[in-house]
Amino acid sequence: MDGKQVLATENTGDATTPVPESPLQLFLVFTLLALQGFGGVIAVAQRVLVEQRQWLTRDQFIEILALAQVLPGPNVCNVALMTGDRFFGWRGAFAALGGMMALPLVIVLAVAAAYAQYATDAVVAGAFRGMGAVAAGLILGTALKLASALASNPMGARVCWIAGAGMFVSVALLRLPLVWVLLVLGSLACAFAWTRLRAAGAAND
Amino acid sequence: MTEAMPASDWLILLGHFLLLSLLSIGGAITVASDMHRVMVDQMGLITDAQFSASIAIAQASPGPNVLFVAVMGYQAAGIAGAVAILTAIMLPSTTLALLAARWGQARRHWLSVRALKAGMAPLVVGLLMATGWILATAIEGWHHLVLTVMAALLVWKTRVHLLLLIAAGAVIGAIGWI
Repeated sequence: MDGKQVLATENTGDATTPVPESPLQLFLVFTLLALQGFGGVIAVAQRVLVEQRQWLTRDQFIEILALAQVLPGPNVCNVALMTGDRFFGWRGAFAALGGMMALPLVIVLAVAAAYAQYATDAVVAGAFRGMGAVAAGLILGTALKLASALASNPMGARVCWIAGAGMFVSVALLRLPLVWVLLVLGSLACAFAWTRLRAAGAAND
Repeated sequence: MTEAMPASDWLILLGHFLLLSLLSIGGAITVASDMHRVMVDQMGLITDAQFSASIAIAQASPGPNVLFVAVMGYQAAGIAGAVAILTAIMLPSTTLALLAARWGQARRHWLSVRALKAGMAPLVVGLLMATGWILATAIEGWHHLVLTVMAALLVWKTRVHLLLLIAAGAVIGAIGWI
């Protein structure tokens, strides 16, 4: 989610970039990588894949991340898939994704089972209310961070504001089904962005 | 919440998650608001408290945040529910990512790709706001909103570790301040 923060630092990779030995190694490295990522795995992925293992150059990582962000699906899972695919085809892709998901899934379900056991306990329920309140804040804070990046959006700040507000009202307040909202607002916004980008491209030529 | 769910409900739910997978530009958390609409409001599979606990558990655990979907499935129908619903949310986007990896690497500068990115950016922000709003209002009362606003400001303006914020929320909640 935080591509730009990641890009600001670090060196580019070598011409002789090392490669992973096997899908199994991919699986293990992505497992370790996922276990370090609390609340944001992308930054850890960049550190491990580009700096420590040097399987990807910084530019290759940026390319993969950019594509992962445009596509649907969890960004960091898409990064894992594309990185694995680059080295061992679909076997690598699933090894990397599997490493990213398997052990964290077991951990998260263990926590969920513990929660279900003690959900009626006043202290536990209170703790989860507090965590839920913070989780809402984390998501709102992330949205605010992303909103500041809209200043450079080719559609212009005002159109972005209208589009974002339209989305919020439709989904949060009117509780409309997302698929229709996204089809209508998404196609309008993308078509508008397309005309803006094309006009800007023509002006540059 | 643990009564057996009719198969037809399962099919509707899994079908909906397959669809949401394709809509989840920016990650599964952006479409969490729509999961709430279906699982809490329409089908009553989980409560508001379970919904917000699912997201809190995933954010406090290591690994990708998409695992909150597995926790929701677990709370609705145990391990099988977790695996089924996680598979549904991952399968379409994974397939698309693999195809795109082979097809699209070199096309990232294409006008249509850039237009998609630019057009979707403000919508993703609006959707995240909606998810945050639904989570915040899923908890009864208003005392907790102070915590929500403070967490939002800290995430926005500082680089404080997310886990620290979650832990602070757990402590404040456990001692009964909200």
